[in-house]
Amino acid sequence: MEQTALDIRNLCVYYGHFLAIKDVNLSIPRNQITAIIGPSGVGKSTLLRALNRMNELVPTCRTEGEILFDGQNIYDPKVDPVEVRRRIGMVFQKPNPFPKSIYENIAWGLRINGFRGSRAQMDEAVERALRAAALWDEVKDKLHQSGLSLSGGQQQRLCLARVIALQPEVILLDEPASALDPIATLKIEELMRELTKEYTIVIVTHNMQQAARVSDYTAMMMLTGEGERSGTVIEFAPTKLIFTNPQDKRTEGYVTGRFG
Amino acid sequence: MRQGTQPIRADQGFAPTFKPNLPYRKAMGVAWEAVALLAILLGIAMLLTLLVKVFLDGLPYLRPQLFTEFPSRFPDQAGLRSALQGSIWLMVLTALLSFPLGVGTGIYLEEFAPKNVLTRFLEINVANLAGVPSIIYGLLGLGLFVRGLGLGRSLLAGVLTMTLVILPVIIVSTREALRAVPASIREAALALGASRWEMVRDHVLAYSMGGIFTGMILALSRAIGETAPLITIGALTYIAFDLHGPLDIFTVLPIQIFNWVSMPQQAFQRLAAAGIIVLLALLLSMNSLAIWLRNRLQKRW
Repeated sequence: MEQTALDIRNLCVYYGHFLAIKDVNLSIPRNQITAIIGPSGVGKSTLLRALNRMNELVPTCRTEGEILFDGQNIYDPKVDPVEVRRRIGMVFQKPNPFPKSIYENIAWGLRINGFRGSRAQMDEAVERALRAAALWDEVKDKLHQSGLSLSGGQQQRLCLARVIALQPEVILLDEPASALDPIATLKIEELMRELTKEYTIVIVTHNMQQAARVSDYTAMMMLTGEGERSGTVIEFAPTKLIFTNPQDKRTEGYVTGRFG
Repeated sequence: MRQGTQPIRADQGFAPTFKPNLPYRKAMGVAWEAVALLAILLGIAMLLTLLVKVFLDGLPYLRPQLFTEFPSRFPDQAGLRSALQGSIWLMVLTALLSFPLGVGTGIYLEEFAPKNVLTRFLEINVANLAGVPSIIYGLLGLGLFVRGLGLGRSLLAGVLTMTLVILPVIIVSTREALRAVPASIREAALALGASRWEMVRDHVLAYSMGGIFTGMILALSRAIGETAPLITIGALTYIAFDLHGPLDIFTVLPIQIFNWVSMPQQAFQRLAAAGIIVLLALLLSMNSLAIWLRNRLQKRW
C-alpha cells in the first residue's frame, strides 16, 4: 500500500452516552481517493468529521482513540483544531458559499490564515484555486458577483476552490454531489480524479456507483451487530476488490444491492 | 363528475357517505371573512379619527416657532425646543451606550457562552426583563443613578435609565438576528481554519447586521415614546434654556406633550396636538428607516 496520510487508531465517537462509531482502525492512503460507504445512520459522516475535528462543534460529542497525521495525533491536547482544519479541508453536503463575492469567498480563507502578499498575489492565488476547481472559465468575468448567484454545481466547486486555496494536505468531501444533478456530479467526480495528484481525498457517499467510479480504496461501514446502533468499518480494501470480491458477507450483500 | 350529495360507492357498506354541503361551507367562509374585516376596519377607523383630530387641532401650531421657542406660559410663544433637544440627545446617547452593551451581550450569549444552567438562567432573565414595565426601571434609575451615583435629574441619569429599559429588547433581537445565520455558514468558516471570533466577526455578525440594526432602531423608537421612567427620575421639568451637556437637567417630547395636555387652556391642547404630530413624524421616520434597513441588508439563504 502507498504511504499513509491519516492513520486512524481505535477511534470511538460518542454523542453523550450514545456510541456512534466504535473501534475504527483505518489507514487512509496518501494521494488516493478513499470512499466511505454504508447504509444510512452507521456514522459515515461522523467518521469523516472526526478527521478534521469538526465533531467538536457538537457540545455533547466526545472522541477517543488517535488519528495520526504526519506522525502527530490530531487529538493531542497540544494540537489546535483550528490548525488541523486548515490542513485538512472539508466540503459539505449542501453547497454553502458565503454570501460574499466569488473572489471574497476564496480570499477570506487565505486572509484569516495569514496570507501575506500584494493585491496581485492575492488575485493570482484566487485564480489558481478557481482553475484547480475547474471553475475559472465560468466565473472569471464575474468575480465580484455573489457566490450565491452561481448554480448548485458551480457553488459546490466554489466551496472546493475555497478549500484548495488553503493548500491543505487532505480534502474531506461529505456527499458532495448529493444535492447536484448528474452533469454537475460528473464534473465534481472528474475534478476529484484530477486533484489526487496533489491531495489525499476522503469522500462519504451513499451512491455506490459513485464510489466504484471514483475511488481507489473503499471503507465499508456497518452497524456492529443486529439491534446495535453503533457503526464501525467492517472492511477496507481497494475499491475493485470491495466490488468484485468482498471478504465480508455483509459487504457483499450491500454492494450487490441485496440490502442496505 | 359526481353531483351534489350523491353518496360515493355507497354499495360498499363500510364506505363513508359524503355530504359536501358546499353552500353552507362557503357562506361560513364569507361570514368569518367579514368579521375579520370588521375587526381591522374598527382599528383603522379609530386610528384615522385620532390622526384627523390631532392634525385638525395641531396644524395651526405646527409653525417654525414650535421648534425654536422654549415652553412658555403664553401658548402663542410656546415651543418645544428644549423637549426636542432633550429627546434627540437622549436618543443619541442611549443608542451609543446601549448598542455596544446590548449587541455584545447578545453575541456572548449566542456564540460564546457555554450551554449550561447559568447561561440558561441568564437567558430566561433577560427575556423576562424585556417584559418588565418601564416604570420599574424608572424606580431603579431614581435609586441608583439619581440618588446613588448622585447624578441628579440630569440627562445622563435619563440616558442610563433608558439604556436599562431597552437593553433587554436589544439583546433579544440581536440574538434572533444572529440565530438566523445558518449553521452551514458557521461550519464552512470553521472548516477553513477560522477561529470562533473570526467566524463571528466576518460572517455571523456581518450577515446579521441588518437584523441587529432593525432591532436597535425599533428599541430606540420605543425609548423615544417612553414617559414613565423619565417622570420617575424627575425629568418632569419646565426648561427654558438650551441643553449643553449630559449633566444638565432635561425634558423630552412626550413629557412636554403631557405637560401641555394637562393645562386648562384650549390653546395648550392644540399645542399638545402639534407636539404629537412631531413625535409621530419622528417615530414613523425611525420605523421606516428600520424597514428600509431590513430590506436592504437582509440576507436570503
